[in-house]
Amino acid sequence: MMKFRFRRQGADPQREKLKQELFAFHKTVEHGFPNQPSALAFDPELRIMAIGTRSGAVKIYGAPGVEFTGLHRDAATVTQMHFLPGQGRVLTLLDDDSLHLWEIVHHDGCAHLEEALRFQAPSRPGFDGASGLPSLAHITVVLLVAAGDMAALGTEGGSIFFLDVPTLTLLEGQTLGPDEVLRSVPDDYRCGKALGPVESLQGHLRDPTKILIGYSRGLLVIWNQAARCAERIFLGNQQLESVCWERSGHTVVSSHSDGSYAIWAADTSDSPTAQPTVATTPYGPFPCKAINKVLWRTCASGEHFVIFSGGMPRASYGDRHCVSVLQAETLVTLDFTSRVIDFFTVHSTRPEDEFDEPQALAVLLEEELVVLDLQTPGWPAVPAPYLAPLHSSAITCSAHVANVPAKLWARIMSAGEQQNPQPASGASSWPITGGRNLAQEPSQRGLLLTGHEDGTVRFWDASGVALRPLYKLSTAGLFQTDCEHADSLAQAAEDDWPPFRKVGCFDPYSDDPRLGVQKVALCKYTAQMVVAGTAGQVLVLELSDAPAEQAVGVASLDLLQDREGFTWKGHERLSPRLGPLPWPAGFQPRALIQCLPPAAVTAVTLHAEWGLVAFGTSHGFGLFDYLRRSPVLARCTLHPSDSLAMEGPLSRVKSLKKSLRQSFRRIRKSRASGKKRMVAGSKLQEANAQLAEQAGPQDVEVTPVQRRIEPRSADDSLSGVVRCLYFADTFLRDAAHHGPTMWAGTNSGSVFAYALEVPAAAVGSEKRPERAVEAVLGKEVQLMHRAPVVAIAVLDGRGRPLPEPYEASRDLAQAPDMQGGHAVLIASEEQFKVFTLPKVSAKTKFKLTAHEGCRVRKVALATFASVACEDYAETCLACLTNLGDVHVFSVPGLRPQVHYACIRKEDISGIASCVFTRHGQGFYLISPSEFERFSLSARNITEPLCCLDVHWPRDATRVSHRSRESPKLNQANGTPGIILAPQSCDGSPDPICKGADTPEPAEAMLSPMSIDSATSADTTLDTTGDMTVEDVKDFLGSSEESEKNLRNLSEEEARACAILIK
Amino acid sequence: MNRGHRHGAGSGCLGTMEVKSKDGTEFRRFSLERSKPGKFEEFYGLLQHVHKIPNVDVLVGYADIHGDLLPINNDDNYHKAVSTANPLLRIFIQKKEEADYSAFGTDTLIKKKNVLTNVLRPDNHRKKPHIVISLPQDFRPVSSIIDVDILPETHRRVRLYKYGTEKPLGFYIRDGASVRVTPHGLEKVPGIFISRLVPGGLAQSTGLLAVNDEVLEVNGIEVSGKSLDQVTDMMIANSRNLIITVRPANQRNNVVRNSRTSGSSGQSTDNSLPSCAPPPEPSLEPGEEDSDDDDIVIEDSGEPRQIPRAAPSAESLESLTQVELSFESGQNGFIPANEVSLPPVASGARTEFETSAPDQKLLEEDGTVITL
Repeated sequence: MMKFRFRRQGADPQREKLKQELFAFHKTVEHGFPNQPSALAFDPELRIMAIGTRSGAVKIYGAPGVEFTGLHRDAATVTQMHFLPGQGRVLTLLDDDSLHLWEIVHHDGCAHLEEALRFQAPSRPGFDGASGLPSLAHITVVLLVAAGDMAALGTEGGSIFFLDVPTLTLLEGQTLGPDEVLRSVPDDYRCGKALGPVESLQGHLRDPTKILIGYSRGLLVIWNQAARCAERIFLGNQQLESVCWERSGHTVVSSHSDGSYAIWAADTSDSPTAQPTVATTPYGPFPCKAINKVLWRTCASGEHFVIFSGGMPRASYGDRHCVSVLQAETLVTLDFTSRVIDFFTVHSTRPEDEFDEPQALAVLLEEELVVLDLQTPGWPAVPAPYLAPLHSSAITCSAHVANVPAKLWARIMSAGEQQNPQPASGASSWPITGGRNLAQEPSQRGLLLTGHEDGTVRFWDASGVALRPLYKLSTAGLFQTDCEHADSLAQAAEDDWPPFRKVGCFDPYSDDPRLGVQKVALCKYTAQMVVAGTAGQVLVLELSDAPAEQAVGVASLDLLQDREGFTWKGHERLSPRLGPLPWPAGFQPRALIQCLPPAAVTAVTLHAEWGLVAFGTSHGFGLFDYLRRSPVLARCTLHPSDSLAMEGPLSRVKSLKKSLRQSFRRIRKSRASGKKRMVAGSKLQEANAQLAEQAGPQDVEVTPVQRRIEPRSADDSLSGVVRCLYFADTFLRDAAHHGPTMWAGTNSGSVFAYALEVPAAAVGSEKRPERAVEAVLGKEVQLMHRAPVVAIAVLDGRGRPLPEPYEASRDLAQAPDMQGGHAVLIASEEQFKVFTLPKVSAKTKFKLTAHEGCRVRKVALATFASVACEDYAETCLACLTNLGDVHVFSVPGLRPQVHYACIRKEDISGIASCVFTRHGQGFYLISPSEFERFSLSARNITEPLCCLDVHWPRDATRVSHRSRESPKLNQANGTPGIILAPQSCDGSPDPICKGADTPEPAEAMLSPMSIDSATSADTTLDTTGDMTVEDVKDFLGSSEESEKNLRNLSEEEARACAILIK
Repeated sequence: MNRGHRHGAGSGCLGTMEVKSKDGTEFRRFSLERSKPGKFEEFYGLLQHVHKIPNVDVLVGYADIHGDLLPINNDDNYHKAVSTANPLLRIFIQKKEEADYSAFGTDTLIKKKNVLTNVLRPDNHRKKPHIVISLPQDFRPVSSIIDVDILPETHRRVRLYKYGTEKPLGFYIRDGASVRVTPHGLEKVPGIFISRLVPGGLAQSTGLLAVNDEVLEVNGIEVSGKSLDQVTDMMIANSRNLIITVRPANQRNNVVRNSRTSGSSGQSTDNSLPSCAPPPEPSLEPGEEDSDDDDIVIEDSGEPRQIPRAAPSAESLESLTQVELSFESGQNGFIPANEVSLPPVASGARTEFETSAPDQKLLEEDGTVITL
């Protein structure tokens, strides 16, 4: 009964108001490359590009920072997109034959991409071809004519319909049926065969009344819509794939299913034309695949470009994804790693220009966007400032570093530039430059680190809307893998015809799964980092501005600590390359520690000030002094009965059994839910159903989905997995002396706290003397509910998290309060608890699972700044649950503040990938290639803020929309943005809406608080977690005793003298 | 010695009662004021005095009318002993260090009376299983029915105590649908049900939970609107002190309240047991104590080492009694089998926390629930 007390507590109006000023939930922007793109469009006038996806999302990109997102109501594939040039409007065709007109509009001070009109083709089943009425079913192509006022729709039936675009209504009486066209075709071509679907419609740049129609059978017609007559007819006999009309209108190029393309002269007088002037099969003579699209671009030099996709020799290279670029005698076959969706050239579209003069070629692939500079000899690829394929190798972990110092930022940038030397023309060659980014230069720089399956760590500029790649660190070079031979072989084979050129960076194939990066930690002040991987490798690296050749010291650490009876059945450890190795400028390895057994590293933490790195696997944890290159501590966390941990990740029998079980469950579930749906009928049906159920209760659900209710036992499998590690300068032994400590939490709810003896640095030097570091077990806490410990953090006397290493000593953060009593926050998968230090006793707690039935997946301490008051901020605990909800709790009171639905609970990979930032933002993967950025803070919001000059011909005025795509209404992946605990907006005006037109509030919003943010430690605490009653073993009774312990006692002896406090 | 059913001279006198106290082989006789027996402490001192064993810890027992050796260790059972002694109160004293706890219990004295028989036929004696029953303070509660006064009669709030025992909690839950009669007619709502009991598990051995019981609350939190997995996690998170409110599938065994103002513990409907202790204050109820534990109200300096709460020993006997009583009432079948009138679940426990007990009649009548 007393439980309900806390619900009533929420009534404090002042606190409610403060909460509104601190917390707000928005999904702000999607970073990365759209998942499953299906359509591409480019507006040469505004220089903006649109990408449509199979889930019905529309994304418009311009200059970096200019982004618009929309989502069709029906999750249908976007098959075509066409910009109304210069109008900021785009017409989309979905695979359900509906047309949608999207506009970049402005209302309520917020502008965003909005669906203005939709048109559903009337389907007339049964009338196809039989009656004179042609059906509009199955639109195959769309062409905008007359500056976008009218659209021509080609259909599968061969008819062409005309549509008034401003209203999206069908223009009756203008429809062009295939019969009308056939009338102008000679009899011997007709021979009773249909023309087939309309494959291509092309407009003329200068004469909008003329349309070039290509039918599937091969017939090409230049149709004059004003005169309603066929001006020219080309009697092609090869199945048509696409058509391109040269800008002068004198030449027509058609591509065909046999891998050939044909050039037709349109300026000769004889009509119909029976033969093309040239017909070539570029990759002949053997059978080739179809050329899906062909473009013909003229140049003043007279050497025109022919760009086409496909057409590869079927037998030898039929599986390649290629686009060929041919100019005069130069042919390059661009070889991509994923399917080609579409491509366009950026060229002059002004009617007065005589030539196309293409500047760039943009190719949209299934997994990335590649842009080539066609004006620079060699056609180099232009690095994309956004739309980077995050998943060029699968993302295995991610971390966010906030407030990166300018010096480190510049060093990382320069390392990245050395890696990818920019072409001379530089960033200016990025051709998609529409719109203006109105967002202020971010006042603080955020770095997103992603670890990948291939052993690389990528550094991304996450300060703004455009997620820009900065630098790529590869750890594979340190290890001997057998992939190198394969690479050289492949290269040797590629010198032949066709002239392949590998383009793009999407490479889904991992060389060796052991290289996969599991955990990353970066010290932003010393530019030192730790990268830990799947085979138990822990690599300490340091940023160096010059290339170097050096050997890497290798140490191995046995975490089993001579436990008997275990055999590791998993993978071997990686064998490092010995001897001096060349390292380019950038992060260079300093030390390599290999855990034994080589299980995946599950937790890692770095303290650059102390020169220590701690790491944990499923077997135990270790502490390594990387300055002296010597191990300090190894501790086995295995439960004696835990045999599963030793099997390694390759226990196939187990996983097969599990997956079978799961699929059966799913089947049962779907059956059960099917039943539920049926119930939603009338009351009579309900009553009947009820009667039926009463009649035969035996066969209702023979084996229902059921869950066993049993407390977690101590010997659950993988109980020894180390879930989190943490360094803190705090009071572990007594209240008078603080000192370095290390904390480790395991899957079974155990917390180990070690007192460290780190030799103090001499005055004026940051290097600590070369003396051994000692570690002595100080305390051991067993959470009685035995849930995995997700995170540990120490709070200072004021209840604030301790600052990061160096922050306090370099005056970058407020020094922690060492006077008041410290406390340790232990977050398990089920509960949060704050314990006092040094005497461990429970201070506050919150039992999340017992109350909500959800489990903690990720937690982080974050600083939330108030929108109302410039210098007011609170440190809170942000938590993501297994249901995809985000909860925020006060610290150290652990009172629930707000909670929001963030990720669909079915989206397990999204939940697993979530990472919080220090200032109340977060990222999670909505697809393998896209991060969704969300914001829990009412002040610190990163979202598109841009403008686009558009003009609509109707009102003939140029309207400048300051477009603001804020609190995203729809999300491309269909994740509903429902706010679970909305704060009623009475009295507190939404700062976002207010600030949209005036730059000042927006500025305030966009400048994340860099001053007060420094007070919070970057405790992006770790992953997955659970907690009940605690046994605290105090290993250090009195302080004198502890002194003695520190010096003399080995760990085992310490254990013997332990006092068990219960 | 104990054979002597002496009708003492003074037994007939009003006010006094003869006491025969035996310590080992020695015995003392004295008399007590029947109307004012005094406190147990005084009586204990008196015994030490008359037996000349000051400062020796002893266990005090008495023979009740059925010839059972029962302990005297507090005022209640002392008064009970005095009031039922007819005519003689026979006291047995054992030194604590040599105490034979097994001596206490039913038939213990009768057995002793048959010493001769046992001597004559020793085989018979050996075959008899030797039942060891520990002292009340050694009991720990296994399960209890709580909050009977504030719940509708058709609901049952069961508390399962899971200690470090080997016995599993031992039950499974599943999704299901329950049909309710609301003002809008029949309404089918999803619910969580107990789907299976593990033989030999705690849940089964208590007899308080059964297959197809609908789970309404877990430790005071309503489960409506929560998924099966959520409810599973809630139960597991609370597994050390699990309080589940169910609507039993079998509504025939409900505890019937004859007094709405009784304490929160299930009170027996069998008033023939005069010794039944008065129900404890609601605030002393172990469930209550734990609600506090679940609460996020900050308690200062709760020492973690204190957190493993010992079983509230005062309650243990009480709880045990309740379990037995609920069985009895069940067997008696107080509610007609076709009784289906129930309040809707939504108005369940929480509303009633705030309403006073007399209002409950009203609440019970404003809705009906059909349990399938």
